[in-house]
Amino acid sequence: MTGDAAGEPTGMLAIGDHKFTSRLVIGTGGAANLDVLERALTASGTELTTVAMRRADLGSGSGVLDLLRRLGIAVLPNTAGCRTAAEAVLTAQLAREALGTDLIKLEVHADDRTLLPDPIETVDAAQQLTDEGFTVLAYTNDDPVTALRLEEAGCAAVMPLGSPIGTGLGIRNPHNIELIVARAGVPVVLDAGIGTASDATLAMELGCDAVLLSTAVTRAQDPERMAAAMRAGVTAGRLAREAGRIPQRFWAQASSPPR
Amino acid sequence: MNIQVNGEARELPDGSTVAGVLAALDVPEQGVAVAVDGVVVRRAEWPRTAVGDGAHVEILTAVQGG
Repeated sequence: MTGDAAGEPTGMLAIGDHKFTSRLVIGTGGAANLDVLERALTASGTELTTVAMRRADLGSGSGVLDLLRRLGIAVLPNTAGCRTAAEAVLTAQLAREALGTDLIKLEVHADDRTLLPDPIETVDAAQQLTDEGFTVLAYTNDDPVTALRLEEAGCAAVMPLGSPIGTGLGIRNPHNIELIVARAGVPVVLDAGIGTASDATLAMELGCDAVLLSTAVTRAQDPERMAAAMRAGVTAGRLAREAGRIPQRFWAQASSPPR
Repeated sequence: MNIQVNGEARELPDGSTVAGVLAALDVPEQGVAVAVDGVVVRRAEWPRTAVGDGAHVEILTAVQGG
């Protein structure tokens, strides 16, 4: 346990049997090169980072895997690019075989233009993967019903989007995120749409357990600095959530005692 | 025999195993996974799983993404 001091959030993020002190999950997509990525990952303090599975470039190793291993960061393979449950299940099986982890970020995209999750294929794949013993983190729309269905399918975490992948539009429906949090029995990880640090803070203030982001850092003008901002933003939001904010009021209320 | 590896035609000795295919193509064994005709072949099975003529072999690894 961390957080005896007032300035540190309490508790750890537990996803299945995996525990993390950091509540910021970083995606490696979009980084200009591995040096930039390394500095950003280090500044972010992340302990869990996504990779995609693709055809091996025969004759060369995997630079990103070597990097994550060297930094001691757990790897979270995803099923990005899959359109059907069957594709996602096969990709997850290959990822487990290649990387030796039961963690899988399940994402099944409906189309290339929106990259929105296909809820029917996602729930189907989630059921199959949990039956096979995977620890499934499921990317989902900001729909409270689908989030519950994914939890019932055995997912270890649900990951609602704030807005479509790569848009940087932030959290378009904060109330839906609060509804998902209010009923979730597994960690809620805000995934996709984060543009800047205040978006990550808001996610945590709404009660999310963690934030996953990629391009907000990797495509920022200074990825290392933005990674540090995201780390601070997530910590601030978590502290504020734990501290309990004041109720919002319509009229002013004096903070000094009456004369 | 002729097989497809990651979509490219390759000629390998008859009776080659999955492990043999990886060795012939100089693929590092760590961090990769193999599917033959859409079915994952577990690492422990690589030395004793024969690849048939015309098989479609997919070799995947982790890249930046997500």
